Amino acid sequence: MNSKHILSAFDEDLESIQARISKMGGLVELAILDSIKSLTTRDVELAETVRANDKLVDELEAQILEDTAMVIALRAPTAVDLRVVLTVMKAAGNLERIGDYAKNIAKRTTVLAELVALEEASRGMNRMAREVQLMLKDVLDALVQRDAQLAADIIARDKDVDQMYNSLFREFLTFMMEDPRNISTCMHLHFIAKNIERMGDHVTAIAEEVIYLVTGERLDDPRSKGDITSVDPDLSDLG
Amino acid sequence: MNDMRFVETRVTTNEAKFTAKDVQVYYGDNHAIKDVSIDIEDKTVTAFIGPSGCGKSTFLRCLNRMNDTIDICRVEGDILLDGEDIYDKKVDPVQLRARVGMVFQKPNPFPKSIYDNVAYGPRIHGMARTRADLDEIVEKSLRRAALWDEAKDRLNAPGTGLSGGQQQRLCIARAVATEPEVLLMDEPCSALDPIATSQVEELIADLRTRFSVVIVTHSMQQAARVSQKTAFFHLGDLVEYGDTGHIFTNPEDPRTESYITGRIG
Repeated sequence: MNSKHILSAFDEDLESIQARISKMGGLVELAILDSIKSLTTRDVELAETVRANDKLVDELEAQILEDTAMVIALRAPTAVDLRVVLTVMKAAGNLERIGDYAKNIAKRTTVLAELVALEEASRGMNRMAREVQLMLKDVLDALVQRDAQLAADIIARDKDVDQMYNSLFREFLTFMMEDPRNISTCMHLHFIAKNIERMGDHVTAIAEEVIYLVTGERLDDPRSKGDITSVDPDLSDLG
Repeated sequence: MNDMRFVETRVTTNEAKFTAKDVQVYYGDNHAIKDVSIDIEDKTVTAFIGPSGCGKSTFLRCLNRMNDTIDICRVEGDILLDGEDIYDKKVDPVQLRARVGMVFQKPNPFPKSIYDNVAYGPRIHGMARTRADLDEIVEKSLRRAALWDEAKDRLNAPGTGLSGGQQQRLCIARAVATEPEVLLMDEPCSALDPIATSQVEELIADLRTRFSVVIVTHSMQQAARVSQKTAFFHLGDLVEYGDTGHIFTNPEDPRTESYITGRIG
């Protein structure tokens, strides 16, 4: 299939909304890295920056939704063009949620800076955030390059993130049982770990959209649940 | 992909009204239709789309033997209507065209009154024995074409005095007056304004409950709006034929995709 429309303004519109989603993705990647960095280095100032920058992400989402509505209304996209518009819309929503989670991590960082530090847990959290950020970077590449295989790999990688969350969950329980003075810290850290795990789910959702964009088909089998803390009685009982 | 409207309003029994097998059409040496095989379902709107010169109108005109009127045109292969070969020597093209009606791009009412335009077909096919019968057919047809309210007080006025959209609906009334089983429409809305276009499209949706409609259109959006099945023609080939919802979201053939998304095909 020829890649260019006869009406070149249509190409410009589609390129522009895709450029915006890439920019939004870049900002969200940075928010993940900075939020977790502010947590591990107890950098309250950086946490403030993350919270402030989330406004930019929200503005971009609003802009993207407006652009996609325009393209639908004015260009009546079909087939792959329609799928681009739908994918971009859903990706924008998912990115906005990831941005919110990063903002929430930054918010908790300001509180945690006043509490006892748990070096060990921070390391695990750092690794998990790093993995999610890489998945996000890859899913943005998959979107731009129309790479369904890469998107499928990302979906598989989300299980690792879920595993990391499960082991962090266990760690936090242990810390809290060892010393009740850790409870306050661990509660916050657990929310942060859960936030990162949810980020992974949103990245996965974008990856599913990329597969739809490329193949025109929706994945049949629902994702397997990697977070077992809500269903595994052994883990639930520990508390 | 499931077409929502399709599930909702589908009347069809999946039965083929028309079955075309290996149809070839030549205009002299020009091979205009190449090896086209297609089943056109009963009580379904089928849209033929494709760039100019792709053969969609030619193929449409094969379905009621309108190409017979063109001397250099030669049709090969089988076209069956309810299982019977319409090109069989025993078939009278005039009778065939009463069963398979046609509406053209430009409204072409006869230079007669509105009433006589609609009554023409039923008269020559002897469908009405009394004037009252004929009155009834005319009213019913004009109602089906959503023209009755506008025309009932001026039935003796000339059909050519109506607006473009009304004239096209008059032509549709004329076509449905003979109780056809299939209605062929060749670009029926290209000369109409958006309101008249919507009226014709609404009419098509209604007509489908009684018979098959096959529509040739250059407006992709119109094909998407009115049809349940879409056939894409390109350079005389039938490239792709399938559910309209599928064709417009995830076509199989790259040529279909190029065409419907407005890329150079």
